[in-house]
Amino acid sequence: MSLRVRFWGTRGSIGVALTSADIRDKLAQALLQASGRMFASYEEAHAYATAELDFSITHTFGGHTPCVELEPGSDEYFVCDMGSGARPLGVHVLAKQAKKPATVNVFMSHVHWDHIMGFPFFGPAYVPGTKIRIHGCHDVLEHAFRLQQAAPCFPVDFSQLAADVEFVQLEPGKAYDVSGVTVKPHLQLHSGDSYGYRFEKNGRVVVYTTDSEHKLEDRHEAESFANFFRDADLVIFDAMYALAEAISVKADWGHSSNIVGVELCQMARAKHLMLFHHEPANDDETLEGLLKEARRFEELTRGDHALKVSAAYDGLEVDL
Amino acid sequence: MTMNVAARRFANALVLHASGRLDQDTCEAFRTDLTGHVDTAVRDRAALVLDLSDLEYVSSAGLRCLLIASRQMKAAKGRISVAQMQPMVAEIFEISHFDMLFDVYPTVPEALAAVSADAAAAYSTR
Repeated sequence: MSLRVRFWGTRGSIGVALTSADIRDKLAQALLQASGRMFASYEEAHAYATAELDFSITHTFGGHTPCVELEPGSDEYFVCDMGSGARPLGVHVLAKQAKKPATVNVFMSHVHWDHIMGFPFFGPAYVPGTKIRIHGCHDVLEHAFRLQQAAPCFPVDFSQLAADVEFVQLEPGKAYDVSGVTVKPHLQLHSGDSYGYRFEKNGRVVVYTTDSEHKLEDRHEAESFANFFRDADLVIFDAMYALAEAISVKADWGHSSNIVGVELCQMARAKHLMLFHHEPANDDETLEGLLKEARRFEELTRGDHALKVSAAYDGLEVDL
Repeated sequence: MTMNVAARRFANALVLHASGRLDQDTCEAFRTDLTGHVDTAVRDRAALVLDLSDLEYVSSAGLRCLLIASRQMKAAKGRISVAQMQPMVAEIFEISHFDMLFDVYPTVPEALAAVSADAAAAYSTR
């Protein structure tokens, strides 16, 4: 059975949206590149845009903050973080459930605002009979979720939610069976700590590791993460900055880079690196540039193991 | 795999010739070496030029060592530059955006000419 990963929110820190100027710019660039071509139908134009134009012209990496769904082939939902991407996820869950209450297992990297802000807008939380189990390693987990819905910050208090919400405390380094999926949290370097999760089901492995800074000259740290990522089919990795930025002006900000993502995945012999938690100040062209640079770095430094490198965008689905 | 660093003085510039692979295995020893040379350059008010013509590879851990040296030099109002990188190392510098943090020169003489005419002249008569 395959494991599907669906990205509902991929941006870090704060949500962003394309402006009308951004859309005009993409259209103008597309028209320029298509100059002189004739398209007999929408399908023909669509095929041209898909095959010929850069991703940053035809798409956007999107603007919702972190929320990633894992579909392991069970009736229950598995979700990493509750950033603003949790709102469209909630719409999806409600439509799929067709009025049947859902069971949703949430795994929290940490409780900084961008990772919890979608929960008050997560539709299933307002449906009686819904079970939401919020897993995490922080002892302030429940406090943070209740606090963001307390007056005067939000009109609906946490106590008014219709769903049965349970907070489940996990310990880093310990493996848990959550409804047939093996889940192992791992402590990461971030302000107030963060935790990555390694998910295993039917021989497929997904690692969700965001808001995590790495200092690879520390051999112990590097090996610890390489073991955490070991042979993963997919590593969803905090690649907020270019390396120079991550270790100079933004050192100790708790984030990592595309280059360190490639190095750690190579050490771990992981199969697919997914750049994630995009810097909100970066436009689509810049993000595509960071992806191309990561792919080139992988090519330059490849040994006997090839690593696929992609960049996550809102709406992306990956089947493993 | 080892990293070797050889230092030579040309007027008011100290040229460090680095050879080998600068990665997780070698960065700690390299950093210790480099720190000593940075101290010397700061004490003598000399500019530091890193001759990377025989550097085969640099990883993120290695780049961090270079950045630490750059910070030390800049804190002492000193000057640090890199020169003569092999194509692969030059590309890694670009990919990691390190070319925005360092003054990069195609050759050692060009790096020395940017320091002073005396340094360039001393190098040409070596």
